[in-house]
Amino acid sequence: MGEEKERREETAESFLAQFLPEILELLSKFEAIELEDVEIYAKRLALEFLPAVPAAAPPTVAPPKPVELLTEGFEEPVMSYPGRVLEVKLGATRSEGGTRGRVVVIGGETCPPFYLFESPPPHRPVVSMDVFDAKIPLPKAYKAHIKDVIHDPAEWAKRHVEKFGADMITIHLISTDPLGEDKPAREAAKTVEEVLQAVDVPIIIGGTGDPHKDAEVFQYIAEMAAGERLMFSSLTLDMADAGTLEPTAKAIAKFDHVVLAFTPIDLNLARELNRKLYEFVPRESIIMDLTTAALGYGIEYSYTIMERARLAALMGDKELQHPMLAAASNSWAAREAWMKEEELGPEWGPRELRGPLWETLTGLILLLAGVDLLMVGHPATTRTLKKFIDTLMSRGKAKGADIANWVSTSLEG
Amino acid sequence: MSRAAKEISPIEIYKYLPKTNCGACGEKTCMAFATKLANREARLEECPELLKPEYKEAYQALWEMLKPPVKEVVIGSGDRAVKVGGKYVMYRHELTYHNPTPIAIDVEDTLEPDAIRERVKRIQEMTYEYIGRLLKLDGVAVRCVSGDAEKFKQAVQVVAEETDMPLILCCLNPDVLEYALVTVYERRPLLYAATKENWREMAELATGYKCPLAVFAPGDIALLRSLVKTLTAYGVEDLVLDPGTFPGEGFSDTLNNFTMIRRAACKQGDELLGFPLLGVPAVAWLDKEAPYELKAWNEACMAVMLLTRFADLLIMHSLDGWVQLPVMIWRENIYTDPRKPVSVEPGLRTFGQPDEMSPVLVTTNYALTYFTVENDIKAAKLDCYLIVVDTEGLSVQSAVAGRKLTAELIADAIKESGIEERVKHRYVVIPGLAARLSGELEELSGWRVLVGPKDSSAIPKFFAESWPPKEEG
Repeated sequence: MGEEKERREETAESFLAQFLPEILELLSKFEAIELEDVEIYAKRLALEFLPAVPAAAPPTVAPPKPVELLTEGFEEPVMSYPGRVLEVKLGATRSEGGTRGRVVVIGGETCPPFYLFESPPPHRPVVSMDVFDAKIPLPKAYKAHIKDVIHDPAEWAKRHVEKFGADMITIHLISTDPLGEDKPAREAAKTVEEVLQAVDVPIIIGGTGDPHKDAEVFQYIAEMAAGERLMFSSLTLDMADAGTLEPTAKAIAKFDHVVLAFTPIDLNLARELNRKLYEFVPRESIIMDLTTAALGYGIEYSYTIMERARLAALMGDKELQHPMLAAASNSWAAREAWMKEEELGPEWGPRELRGPLWETLTGLILLLAGVDLLMVGHPATTRTLKKFIDTLMSRGKAKGADIANWVSTSLEG
Repeated sequence: MSRAAKEISPIEIYKYLPKTNCGACGEKTCMAFATKLANREARLEECPELLKPEYKEAYQALWEMLKPPVKEVVIGSGDRAVKVGGKYVMYRHELTYHNPTPIAIDVEDTLEPDAIRERVKRIQEMTYEYIGRLLKLDGVAVRCVSGDAEKFKQAVQVVAEETDMPLILCCLNPDVLEYALVTVYERRPLLYAATKENWREMAELATGYKCPLAVFAPGDIALLRSLVKTLTAYGVEDLVLDPGTFPGEGFSDTLNNFTMIRRAACKQGDELLGFPLLGVPAVAWLDKEAPYELKAWNEACMAVMLLTRFADLLIMHSLDGWVQLPVMIWRENIYTDPRKPVSVEPGLRTFGQPDEMSPVLVTTNYALTYFTVENDIKAAKLDCYLIVVDTEGLSVQSAVAGRKLTAELIADAIKESGIEERVKHRYVVIPGLAARLSGELEELSGWRVLVGPKDSSAIPKFFAESWPPKEEG
């Protein structure tokens, strides 16, 4: 393809030739011109002033200008990849040993995210909405849509599914935090049971990050909800250090659930944790969380680590061939998302728009990095993400005529 | 054919260098200079030897080897000129992305001159301070909506008087475009755009007035390549490609087209597609039915996705802060060096005139966290000490989750800071998001831990209520 374009030679001659028109213009006004601060490296220098010197590089004679369109084709640049992302099933119906009305399958990609010219994604990414089992400070814009159900996780979950279209529910058992209420596993399990009864979508169980307490709570719930294919968020290297990874992973596998393997923005640690998990958990029951930083608060690290993980998986790195999760709801920690207009500056608009948009954009960016499952909090985020996922799943809808006149169309109002 | 930046090793480059180790480039050895060239951190012209005639061939070979697969095009003139494109790689982790995507805001020529002035003023005033940097918008795209040459010219002139930002002149009628162009061609505006219908006249304008030219072939990459080939043969060198930004369902095609074009340029050396890409999120506003907020919302989503998928230049419509703020921030983020976390030096900082009873605070060395805390401490006029812990450039939330901010690390940082000789009390204030570390930190350090606010904007309130500490030490 290199011959398609004549490259102008970067020589001393052509360098001077660039200035010839200006020199000619000056000569037409003045008898002589003097060049100052100019160094010319040349063994032989000849300046020829002809009436119509073209600006293009001599001595090659410029080819005649085309009089009609030179026709070229285009071949879609399709590549092939030796690797493939594993498929993971979340939730189980009655016939499969659970009680879910709907199940979700994610993963299975054979090319980079939404490269539809290579192959359409086998499964659409899904949106899980957050529910908390205890009081937690939430931004105003976040709370507005769930204020009346905030004390009842089952009703809250129902609102998310029936009204806001959540594909899944994450129940964060923050009541079990040893630094907080420190409620026993038994009580948390009751809440999970209520949520399981209230909605028929797959459920994610969120812990507190404490490697001992989470282990206890996860094992208890794994047994109680045997066969449901819950996902436990999350199993960590902290647990490995605390000696709780093995019993927890074993219980999750024994009762046919799924683990979320969390590591801090580091592919070597992600591989290390996955290797540890392979001893106890089937590969088809592992999803990765490589850490989600909010837009403006380090999201580029999350974006790049996820993009690298996905490309490595496609290139055959078996230890990274797992679907990925991102917690877009972390974006509510960004002050640009929650701060009042009068504090951030009125020019940045109402937080009722800023907040959910911040979460939405965090989600969209990470979708393009390859995320299969997003945790979110705000209904507008769910709505937008689902709409864009629909859009990104299909190709061939663009009609040239729709935008042919965008330049001359008024966009005001 | 240009090659992917990753594939060029310093050794290959070194072969062509003078190997004199003269040091004129600022490096001690030619090998060190070769490494810098391979990383795109130095320019060939920094080696004076290479510019001598005897190295003409070596220079030429290196120039071919090192030129970016996506050409760099300059729009505008003077201090405010912007470089567009100049991309070496497809993926961010391969090498830092060069030339952050400029954002131009559109102005319609049907607006009254005062309304145009007001809009341009708002474009220039939209700035946000972020990690010690000023985020801003970069240009104005004047669109000919009237179809009237006089009106378009007037609008262009009003904009040109009001700002020295780079201009994009959008008008598919070459005669109308030229009428306005003659008044501002010295500012090197981007001409939008050459199409299947008008390419010849547009090529004449671009070569005659020495301006960069956009090529518009909505949804048709074969046509785009044909136009590039024709225009290049015509003598137009600086092109910007617009494969069409489709609102609604067609947006998937847009992202696929951008992706295919960038891959063809970066991975397959397709020189006809090796030009900067223009994305137009402004088309979100073509939807006449949708309410205002929804159009603005969609535009933000499209802009962010286009920035992620290879757009080198954007034309947007919305001037709402809640739309532009996340777009400007994502642009800032994605153009940082992926190898270096954005971090500040760890260690002890002092603010105001702290004495032996002044508070001691702890934060991370992630630049955004640090500058935010610093701003809030200064705004509160607090006399205090701040211990910046090395969290490898992670924020508090990520660092706690990822064990880069642990009780042990904070205890060590307290020891190493020498703060124990500076203050008499033993109270340390840790970030609210690190609350879970309190118990262990008290054990390890022997200091009493006060859990500060989750966001440093609450620092004044926190110290008004909780300092000096009331509990027994």
